[in-house]
Amino acid sequence: MSDVSVQEPAKSPPPERKGEAREEGNRWAAYLPTIKTTVAAVVLALLIGALLIIFSTPRVIESLKYFFSYPWDFFKFAGIAVWDGYTALVKGSVGSWNSIERTLERAAPLICAGLGVSLAFRSGLFNIGAQGQMLAGAIAAGYVGFHFDFPPGLHLLLAAVAAIAAGAVWGGIAGWLKAATGAHEVISTIMLNYVARFLMIYLLGKELFQRPNSNDRLSPPPAESATFPQVFGVHTGVLLAFLAALGVWWLLERSTTGFEMRAVGANPSAAATAGMHVQRTYFLAMALAGALAGLAAVMQILGQQDSLTENVAGTVGFDAITVALLGRATTLGPVLGGLLFGALSSGGLAMQAAAGVPPELAQVLQALIVLFVAAPALVRGVLRVKAEGDGGTVLAKGWGG
Amino acid sequence: MKLEMRGLTRRFGSFTANDHIDLTIEPGEIHCLLGENGAGKSTLMNMLYGLLEPTEGEILVDGEPADFDTPGDAIAAGIGMVHQHFMLVPVFTVAENVMLGREQTRGLGILDRGKAAELVRELSTRYKLAVDPTALVENLPVGVQQRVEIIKALANEAKVLILDEPTAVLTPQEIDELMDIMRALKKQGTSIVFITHKLREVKAVGDKITVIRRGKVVGTASPDAPEAELAEMMVGRAVNLTVGKEPPKVGKPVLEVNGVTVVDDRGTTVVRDVSFDARGGEVLGIAGVQGNGQTELIKSLLGIIRPDAGKVLLEGQDISRHGPKDSLEAGIGYIPEDRAHDGYVSSFSVRENLVLDLYRRNDFSRGAALKLDAIEKNAKARIEEFDIRTENMNSSLASLSGGNQQKVVVAREFSRPLKVLIASQPTRGVDVGSIEFIHKRIIEERDRGTAVIIVSTELDEIYALSDRIAVMYDGRIVGTVTPDIPREQIGLLMAGAHDGHETQAHETQGGAA
Ligand SMILES: Nc1ncnc2c1ncn2[C@@H]1O[C@H](COP(=O)(O)OP(=O)(O)OP(=O)(O)O)[C@@H](O)[C@H]1O
Ligand SMILES: [Mg+2]
Repeated sequence: MSDVSVQEPAKSPPPERKGEAREEGNRWAAYLPTIKTTVAAVVLALLIGALLIIFSTPRVIESLKYFFSYPWDFFKFAGIAVWDGYTALVKGSVGSWNSIERTLERAAPLICAGLGVSLAFRSGLFNIGAQGQMLAGAIAAGYVGFHFDFPPGLHLLLAAVAAIAAGAVWGGIAGWLKAATGAHEVISTIMLNYVARFLMIYLLGKELFQRPNSNDRLSPPPAESATFPQVFGVHTGVLLAFLAALGVWWLLERSTTGFEMRAVGANPSAAATAGMHVQRTYFLAMALAGALAGLAAVMQILGQQDSLTENVAGTVGFDAITVALLGRATTLGPVLGGLLFGALSSGGLAMQAAAGVPPELAQVLQALIVLFVAAPALVRGVLRVKAEGDGGTVLAKGWGG
Repeated sequence: MKLEMRGLTRRFGSFTANDHIDLTIEPGEIHCLLGENGAGKSTLMNMLYGLLEPTEGEILVDGEPADFDTPGDAIAAGIGMVHQHFMLVPVFTVAENVMLGREQTRGLGILDRGKAAELVRELSTRYKLAVDPTALVENLPVGVQQRVEIIKALANEAKVLILDEPTAVLTPQEIDELMDIMRALKKQGTSIVFITHKLREVKAVGDKITVIRRGKVVGTASPDAPEAELAEMMVGRAVNLTVGKEPPKVGKPVLEVNGVTVVDDRGTTVVRDVSFDARGGEVLGIAGVQGNGQTELIKSLLGIIRPDAGKVLLEGQDISRHGPKDSLEAGIGYIPEDRAHDGYVSSFSVRENLVLDLYRRNDFSRGAALKLDAIEKNAKARIEEFDIRTENMNSSLASLSGGNQQKVVVAREFSRPLKVLIASQPTRGVDVGSIEFIHKRIIEERDRGTAVIIVSTELDEIYALSDRIAVMYDGRIVGTVTPDIPREQIGLLMAGAHDGHETQAHETQGGAA
């Protein structure tokens, strides 16, 4: 109930709010939701999801016909449908060890790629290219994984390193273009997404990448020696995702390089004046973002043992952007965001199986969360939360303040 | 219009920035607000303008309670505010900017530019503002942009105009012009709330003075009161307004600048063949009207821009190909002119900003890892030493008052051994108490044998600190003089007049171009 908004001049830093993380402040930061907006978005999405469940359940629709004579049926059936649907969602995502496994495995690539987007974001770069970077990583992981024959362990290591390096190169190209020519990273990463996609299609047309005696655009699965061992039914690669989060946290919050990245992201000209190499930092940030997307590919190819196809990356590279923004471009955020999306996707399957809810509902939920996160004003309007300085408050300070 | 504040209080968390402030602005008066950095002046004005909601207290307009939820409400009530960061659209003309938000149309939604231009022209002549409605804002000097902001407020029929440190970014001549405008406004019945740290300005235009310290009104004064008395009221202790310094013990040239030329992006030569020496144990002041190449010259010394010709030697070593990193590490301290743009990262904490260019040193990092303990200890020491008013070391710079932000930058640059200190407008926006302190530190640095270069558009500051003064005009150093020459003479040099002093001065400093 305090600060009041006015239009914000393009360059002003976002306002400071008490008790909130202060890492935001770079030029993309206006796109970051607050914790409150994020939670509200998830809750709203679940509410609308409930309506969708209600009106896609035949029994409920039937009961509408005699709603005025016997309304109780409608509410009863609606309640049951929502309860069944959402309990199935919870059970299917965290209800059993089996479902937790699936959630973790689905979350792992999202977390890795999301961290990459987050890291670039903190350096002042909007990395739309996680998808392409993942595909580059997948090609490398797949190729080393199925084509060579090394002892177990070493094979895994080489395949993983190849994937991470390929992702880093793919991200690094965009970073280099930005540093050397000023090409905007949003444009170049989108372009590189296409390049990676068509490279994958091209390679899958080659015999080298196809299964023996087959003309399908489908590669062999990675050799046993190049895959992560399973412990309690989860591939151990998942651990790497959490280690990566720890690493990114250390890098950003505890290292000199991270200090530079955050400074360059928040105020490149002050960073340059303080003797930081802005262009080099852009390059490094994009290369690291690519490496993390490459790690996401490792999760899929060497962890879930996917074969290479055109769609091997699914939409993970794009969901990663959502996960990062949902996670407010912090380090813990993308981990939580990744777990949430992993849970939605694994619970969505169960929801269909157990409650007959269309499998698309999980995707609709994801989409709604994104929509509400992207439109905080809408969420506020719906919740009738008074503007509390979210978004564009600017306070007049002493000059330059 | 009479504007009253009663018991106005604003808290940020547990911190009270304004504590039951009572203040009345009578119609047609210029009411000056004085107070040290962080006293709460801007906070108070933000509440008046609907940018911050008061925690307690009320605002009365002509005796009626008013509730300003947004600046829109304040504007409707007849309050206008000119911010330090102008809120203008650079690619629009003056008239379009004035029109913004209150577009007049000729039916069918066609904008009536003519009407807006007419309004601007009328206001401009009425208050002698000399603003051309068809000029693009981006092409206007800072002083004129400020006047566009004033016109915007007047177009909204402001009866009370808030000016928060309007003179901090102006040249002395622009300041004089602003004073005239303020007088003209007053004559027409507009009241003005005027915030400044420069006591001379208060004495020149003020009708009434209210002093705020640590969020409370500590008294009122008349503009006739002596400066020393006003200064003491502000900071709560006697302030020495003149810098006490011994004659310099001038050493060897530390920084030698030979024929430096800088051509800007548009192909204009902004620094022309500049040569000078900065000698250890001496303060060299660079005076000049803003925009005569000082900014670019300074940037080329640090390596932020590469000189297109010429050499910069630091202790005999050519550093003209260095970037800022090498220059800083070679022992140059640098206080940039535009602190918000170049001096600090507003989203970073005070702690982080205090090591923004020091984190690479072994004191603050081991290999790739930052030494958080050392960074924290450094922050504690600097906050204490420079009296930086902040809630704690983890507050972001954005939450600090303008003057305290400046102190962070100054404190950082003073926290390592230096060979050369280059300070551009080192006390911009800083209160008298802190000016005293910063000036003392600059002289101490000089006496330690550092070569100090001060760039300032304020002659007072140049005179107070310099042992030698180089005057820049049109990209050249047109003369180098000693601070015992009369102001008028420097004024003439700054305006581009060459006189006998030039050659004489050049001889003393050893054959500069
Ligand atoms: N958004 C905020 N969050 C926390 N503290 C704040 C915020 N805005 C201002 N403050 C604090 O309130 C105090 C008063 O700040 P204010 O900007 O009003 O000072 P000021 O009198 O204008 O100083 P200056 O002369 O330096 O401009 C300062 O200590 C500042 O740190
Ligand atoms: Mg202020």
